[in-house]
Amino acid sequence: MSYTGSAPASSSLYWKGMESSGDPHPPILAGAQNAWDMLSDEQSQKHITTGSGDLNNILGGGIHCKEVTEIGGVPGVGKTQLGIQLAINVQIPVEYGGLGGKAVYIDTEGSFMVERVYQIAEGCISDILEHFPHSHGKSSSGQKQLQPEHFLADIYYFRICSYTEQIAAINYLEKFLGEHKDVRIVIIDSVTFHFRQDFDDLALRTRVLSGLSLKLMKIAKAFNLAVVLLNQVTTKFTEGSFQLTLALGDSWSHSCTNRLILYWNGNDRYAYLDKSPSLPVASAPYAVTGKGVRDAASSNHKRVRVT
Amino acid sequence: MANMPVSEMRLPPHLAYLLAARRLDTAKDVLSLPEVELMAVLDAGVPTARAAVAHVSEAACPPCQTALALLEERVRLGGGGRLATTLCGLDEALGGGIPMGKLTEVVGPSGIGKTQFCLKLALLAALPEYYGGLDGRVVYIDTESKFSSRRMIEIGQKSFPQIFRQEGLAQKMAGRILVMRPASLADFTKSLEQMKVTLLQHDVKLLIVDSMAALMSLGNEKATAGFRQHPLRWALSFLKSIAEFSRIPVVVTNQVRSQSNDDGYHFSFEVDRKDGNNCAERFDSHLIAALGIQWAHAVTVRLVFESHSGHRFIKVAKSPMSPAVAFPFAVESSGITLLSDEGIDVTGPEITSIRCQGQNILSR
Repeated sequence: MSYTGSAPASSSLYWKGMESSGDPHPPILAGAQNAWDMLSDEQSQKHITTGSGDLNNILGGGIHCKEVTEIGGVPGVGKTQLGIQLAINVQIPVEYGGLGGKAVYIDTEGSFMVERVYQIAEGCISDILEHFPHSHGKSSSGQKQLQPEHFLADIYYFRICSYTEQIAAINYLEKFLGEHKDVRIVIIDSVTFHFRQDFDDLALRTRVLSGLSLKLMKIAKAFNLAVVLLNQVTTKFTEGSFQLTLALGDSWSHSCTNRLILYWNGNDRYAYLDKSPSLPVASAPYAVTGKGVRDAASSNHKRVRVT
Repeated sequence: MANMPVSEMRLPPHLAYLLAARRLDTAKDVLSLPEVELMAVLDAGVPTARAAVAHVSEAACPPCQTALALLEERVRLGGGGRLATTLCGLDEALGGGIPMGKLTEVVGPSGIGKTQFCLKLALLAALPEYYGGLDGRVVYIDTESKFSSRRMIEIGQKSFPQIFRQEGLAQKMAGRILVMRPASLADFTKSLEQMKVTLLQHDVKLLIVDSMAALMSLGNEKATAGFRQHPLRWALSFLKSIAEFSRIPVVVTNQVRSQSNDDGYHFSFEVDRKDGNNCAERFDSHLIAALGIQWAHAVTVRLVFESHSGHRFIKVAKSPMSPAVAFPFAVESSGITLLSDEGIDVTGPEITSIRCQGQNILSR
């Protein structure tokens, strides 16, 4: 795992932010950029932690801004959980090693349970306070931010009921993000649902989808934010047997920069980095606990009971 | 908002005129076209096409809410909204019961108690709020003719003797449960369409479809045009939207079928690994839900009813609120009862598996 450099194996969620100066570069966008600048730009970028150190490691520190990341997996493996977790984690204040940004959550399936978001926000806050015990004595203004309500207020939620609305929402994002500059992540949960339900003309569907993915990439670059697309799985007949693969077909799979697949390996949830331009293929275990996405407990499968 | 007419969007006049002239009447018409095709249809340059798309998109995009506003709205409309199943352990695991506004699926082998569970839910929704019910009507779509009023009243008398002793209450409760027996899929879709309008007016608090899978096999025989080519997909979207807009729980049951392939489905990158270490884990029989993986993605909560190690279990197999946990249960004259409110943690492939061991314990 040489790519992740000095990353400690697991434990600390916030190492990335603690190392860097804490002052993100202003986005440079006009025209081209030389590779050296791009490198230093990349190195100064903070990543959005997934909540699990192992998962961050295979992702090179977390979910990257300016990139489109697709996350797929079987029903119930934790796609929505990870999506919600990211919407919360992007808001970890800068002084605690986070991005201090806001989130846009585009819900096409109706699986966004706001009570669960509240729980995950509480879990995130309790972890922050655990990692930064000295901050208890800090001025009240810093503490004021660390309220679950505050986290919830910074998630912009769109409920999408048809593919037309989905196209409209993605088109409209550009304007919306222009008005809300502090949004650092856009999550679409899931990109698949309506396109699989209602779209009959598959050739047209492919073209419309590729138009959307181009727009999302453009948005990610222009507004310096992470785009996370959750995708469903489907079965595909290859080489004489049925296999699982992510939905929407082969041409769609070109449209994301990174692709992470969540799956069951024995008794554990694993994530597999299927595609990345800069990182090696790797997999890592993770767990979904009452507090949200965390490292898998090493030996036996303990979980935090939801109260 | 997909069918919003372009004429109502208050576009700049030249754009409105251009779109109307090309018969692009709704948001759907405009947005379903890739940019290049839109330019061709409009016979206009990139700036015009982009302006049209931007304007139409802004009008057709649903409004944005913050998650906090969503939470406040939820609280205002009555604390999260759950239908308690009165099975304490299960209610606790689900955060209070079957969630309103969401699709909940009950899947399991035949004879295990899915219909018993549905009967109990129907009864609970009809009960006065004082007794933990929803005090409303129930629409029960019974595709397999398994609904039994006598059994439901029996469950009621045994579980709530104090209520059912009152004169005429059994009649009142049973009178609130509207059972529909669609003969065909076309029947079903028609009544669903009508229902959307009437659900709210008639104070319906619960919709049950028992069973969804049977309904789909009714439909397989004749393929008709349009959306009915994909009746499952259509019904899926429709049930979800009913749940959401009427803010009621929607419960559907699903059958199982045996799986032809022993190993189940895996991602291609998993294949090598699976050959080696999976042999040890062979279950009593391999069953999978009859409605496929796409259906499974779409339900918000999935409860698996299964039997193994000499007991029947209710298992929370998918829920955004709670971890996977199983409860042993029995079917008694008072309906389904949990043998223990202490859940058993379930991990790994057991979460999604459906086990059915020995038919002998299934016969009552």
